[in-house]
Amino acid sequence: MILQGRAVCLGADVDTDLIIAGRYLRTKDRRVWAEHVFEDLDPALAARMEGAVILAGTNFGCGSSREQAPVALREAGVAGVIAPSFARIFFRNAINVGLPVVECGGVRCSNDAPVSFSPDEGWVEAGGERCTATPLSGRMLDILAHGGLVEYWRAQQ
Amino acid sequence: MSTLAERILGAPAGSFVDRPVDRAFVHDGTGVLTLEAWRRMERDRLACPERLSILFDHIAPANNSTTAALQAELRTFAAEQGLHFSDVGGGICHQLMSEGIVRPGEVVVGADSHTCTLGAFGAFATGVGATDMAAIWASGSTWFRVPATIGVHLDGTLQGAAEAKDIALDYVRRIGMDGGTYMALEFLGEGVRDLSMESRLTIANMAVETGAKAGMFYADDTTARSLAAYGIHTAPQAIEACHYDREITLDLDDLVPLVAAPHRVDNGRPVAEFEGIALDEVFVGTCTNGRHSDLARVAAIVAGRKVAVRTIVVPASRAVLLRAAQSGVLTTLIEAGCTIGPPGCGPCLGAHMGVLGEGEVGLSTANRNFRNRMGVGADYYLCSPATAAASALRGAITAPEGSA
Ligand code: SF4
Repeated sequence: MILQGRAVCLGADVDTDLIIAGRYLRTKDRRVWAEHVFEDLDPALAARMEGAVILAGTNFGCGSSREQAPVALREAGVAGVIAPSFARIFFRNAINVGLPVVECGGVRCSNDAPVSFSPDEGWVEAGGERCTATPLSGRMLDILAHGGLVEYWRAQQ
Repeated sequence: MSTLAERILGAPAGSFVDRPVDRAFVHDGTGVLTLEAWRRMERDRLACPERLSILFDHIAPANNSTTAALQAELRTFAAEQGLHFSDVGGGICHQLMSEGIVRPGEVVVGADSHTCTLGAFGAFATGVGATDMAAIWASGSTWFRVPATIGVHLDGTLQGAAEAKDIALDYVRRIGMDGGTYMALEFLGEGVRDLSMESRLTIANMAVETGAKAGMFYADDTTARSLAAYGIHTAPQAIEACHYDREITLDLDDLVPLVAAPHRVDNGRPVAEFEGIALDEVFVGTCTNGRHSDLARVAAIVAGRKVAVRTIVVPASRAVLLRAAQSGVLTTLIEAGCTIGPPGCGPCLGAHMGVLGEGEVGLSTANRNFRNRMGVGADYYLCSPATAAASALRGAITAPEGSA
């Protein structure tokens, strides 16, 4: 599986409150989350999400367990998130909603540059350099391939 | 020899295991998505309705009709399925699960990150997202990667005005906001013996602020006594020599009241360094510090005086509110000018009942001070109930009396 997109560079410790603020949670309308994604971090970011690969710092997605955070990113058109480390609930949620996430340190990020990555082979390529990433487990890849845990479950029936 | 997490999950650190869960709960926020995902899984029945709870706390009572409609759907579902349900005014999910439900040795999952609170009972308790929870509704079990453990040794005894919250702020600053990612924290040592169940809940609550999956205490006589009050009889868990990935030691004798400055939970430093910062609001409550002992501590400090700034007190549950009414704590707080909110999360998640305005400064007994969380453009600091009370009286950050 090889995925690609344009780089969007973010810092460390981006918490789920910053990904989607608590005030937008009381709806089932996923477009609302996509429209307001990262609003409290930088209101200009939402418009750059279509086709983006987010290259973030350590501990991406820390804080609350809200699944609206990875759903907002996926709905906004993000192709994947790459970070040296993720908060564990966010990581699990992302796979469960079909958003590819890859643990990889040492990627140099330059905004809007092309990035490609492979969650199963375990590598990220950005700025002409290839970095080794932690490959996802077999079950996680299987869930991702189905588009998320709900679809995976339906396929198991 | 195993850590407590390895013992409960029945496998060594690093293994992936599938385990049935003993308790699983959602709240009004995460319940909506869980129900939606569960319906999309097209299962016709819940695998283990007797182990599931739906507990309204996040925006309860509802703040507008959209929220009310979402809650109505969950309320109806809980009634149809005969689930354990707590409606508005019942209190915070973690607190309710601590009032005679969770037992030592259980596997507990909650669709909320602070589920780690319940590790105070010697349970393996961790937060999951809504879709994971839906799969648990459908199957009764889930997968875990058995975490490695950081041993957190508590030496000595708390002195002066230092409290359990200061222990929590201290270990979070030492481990850092991602120093515990994928791991469990185990609290050990002579310092544990003197900690009440309420203190242990406060300490376990903040494990997730280091990124940890769980924060655990071994069940002992204190645990047994606290559960006996609910008619539950349990045995202590023996501590085995085991391998910790890392160990840290906190010297409680030297601990002073701390404040975590915006916008990082691991920013804890002695209150003295922030002394005099003017406040617009003080908030006492949450799953960290909204229990009776917390309210009683605040009441003892403000008794007979008036708060100098708006001070919002939100009891963690109806039982806490009732006890505060019976003990006179509530009267003292009201006479001192505090505003009492209904049991629940209050303004903690920035949705209602005390959200801060742009440029305002708040002091809170909660567990997170992330940018914009409790009010867009606001700054807020985290502290213990004693520090909150002393600061409310002056309208500025103030070290509680008895601080070194
Ligand atoms: S009190 Fe705050 S931290 Fe605790 S469950 Fe409620 S919103 Fe979350």
